[in-house]
Amino acid sequence: MSEERSPVKSIVTPSRLEYDYTPGTATTRFLRGMKEGRILGQRCPSCRKVYVPARGSCPRCGVPTEEEVEVSGRGTVTTFCVVRVPSENIDLKLPYTAAHILLDGADIPFFALIQECDAEAVRMGMRVEAVWAPREEWGPTLENIRYFRPIDEPDVPFDEFKEHL
Amino acid sequence: MRDVAVVSFAQSANVRRENRRNEVEMLIPVVKDAIDKSGIPKQKIGFTCSGSSDYLAGQSFSFVMAVDSLGAWPPIAESHVEMDGAWALYEAWVKIQCGEADSALIFSFGRSSPGTLRETLNLQMDPYTLAPLAADPVSMAALQARALLESSDHTEREMAAIAARSRRDAKANEFAQLKGDFDVDELLATPYFVSPLRIHDCPPISDGAAAMVIAADDLARRTCEKPAWIRGIDNRIESHQLGLRDLSRSPSTRLAGQKAGVDPGSIDVAELHAPFSHQELILRDALDLGDGVVINPSGGAMAANAIMVAGLTRIGEAANAIWRGSAERALAHATSGPCLQQNLVCVLGEK
Repeated sequence: MSEERSPVKSIVTPSRLEYDYTPGTATTRFLRGMKEGRILGQRCPSCRKVYVPARGSCPRCGVPTEEEVEVSGRGTVTTFCVVRVPSENIDLKLPYTAAHILLDGADIPFFALIQECDAEAVRMGMRVEAVWAPREEWGPTLENIRYFRPIDEPDVPFDEFKEHL
Repeated sequence: MRDVAVVSFAQSANVRRENRRNEVEMLIPVVKDAIDKSGIPKQKIGFTCSGSSDYLAGQSFSFVMAVDSLGAWPPIAESHVEMDGAWALYEAWVKIQCGEADSALIFSFGRSSPGTLRETLNLQMDPYTLAPLAADPVSMAALQARALLESSDHTEREMAAIAARSRRDAKANEFAQLKGDFDVDELLATPYFVSPLRIHDCPPISDGAAAMVIAADDLARRTCEKPAWIRGIDNRIESHQLGLRDLSRSPSTRLAGQKAGVDPGSIDVAELHAPFSHQELILRDALDLGDGVVINPSGGAMAANAIMVAGLTRIGEAANAIWRGSAERALAHATSGPCLQQNLVCVLGEK
């Protein structure tokens, strides 16, 4: 096939958009709380559930949430997965464990990594605590919490967190 | 066909930059307002459909997060179009015509401020031959304005008069963004922005949200004192390739108008989604709207142009015209894509 008849198989058309992200009033308060080492949620005035991070609304009731609630850095693993495949931008030794953690005082689980224990040792109901970065590194970001680690407390029975999977 | 009516409409103020609230926080009061005004309890609304674009938000699946503004519990029947909310209304109307719901909530939101709108909207173009040329909506609208001016008797003075009238009328619209008194001669003395468009020929860049409830038959009659009945609705699309179109005309609007049963002589008020001044001239021609028709008493998209919202707002403002008694029959038009590529026409009547 001559050159002019060979099909064009691909072209590259680079595009790039930059955005100024607006977290919104509630998430802004949450992020400022992170900078002070506090985990802030909001309570729904209707169903009384506490959402962390605060997003300004109760997705269940569709009403604005305003009452601020500080929750604990301790919590319970509700569900988890063990990651055995490498992925770009994640510089962690395999295998590692990602978990949903129901912080004490919250009604919605929080996504985080579990470290300082064997990936295989993580289990539903396990008690964990947040490990924070050094105070001088704190900024308005979730990255202040590096990961969660196990604490020496008895496991929580499944029935007590089954609503929060 | 079932009788379906707009029974409520609510909107946020249009602002250049909403940098305090996020999309969900913007939507909550608007959605609540529309539902409260409809008189239909939230749990009784049979279907929900939204229109928005992730490219504006700069966030994938931003429309899923927007569901947080609804209180979708127990779980609801919900859908989304990556289009102006006017097309979400169309989907909801079809759903009701199919007998799958008796009422529907439609909402839309658009924040252009996180990005640079001319760059964002470039990505709606053909990615092979148009987007790499940096074809942006203002430049393409200018091509269209040039095509119109060269092929008709329309003038830049008419365009400036449309801009001045829109922004004067918008003074009475608390939700409008760009309003005030402008002198046509002074406007024409300003330099070109993208020739032949001057800055006044272009819409403001807006952040905003809107919501609407529609209902069928007896439900509409029971819950609404004066339902704005949808007497016809249709949408038509033209080629993506600007070179294949006669940009000085809008055959898709004309066809949508015919299919929606527009009788130009019966229309009292028309809310036309014409972000650029010359597009109002093209739309009036396509819909055969004469001088007796009041055009865009709200100020239209020249006064408030939240992308993905301004089309639904035209239908809401046409319903407002019915509710306040300034029209027995109102026409609403919504557009999407560059140079009036896709057009929806809706006829509302008090009877």
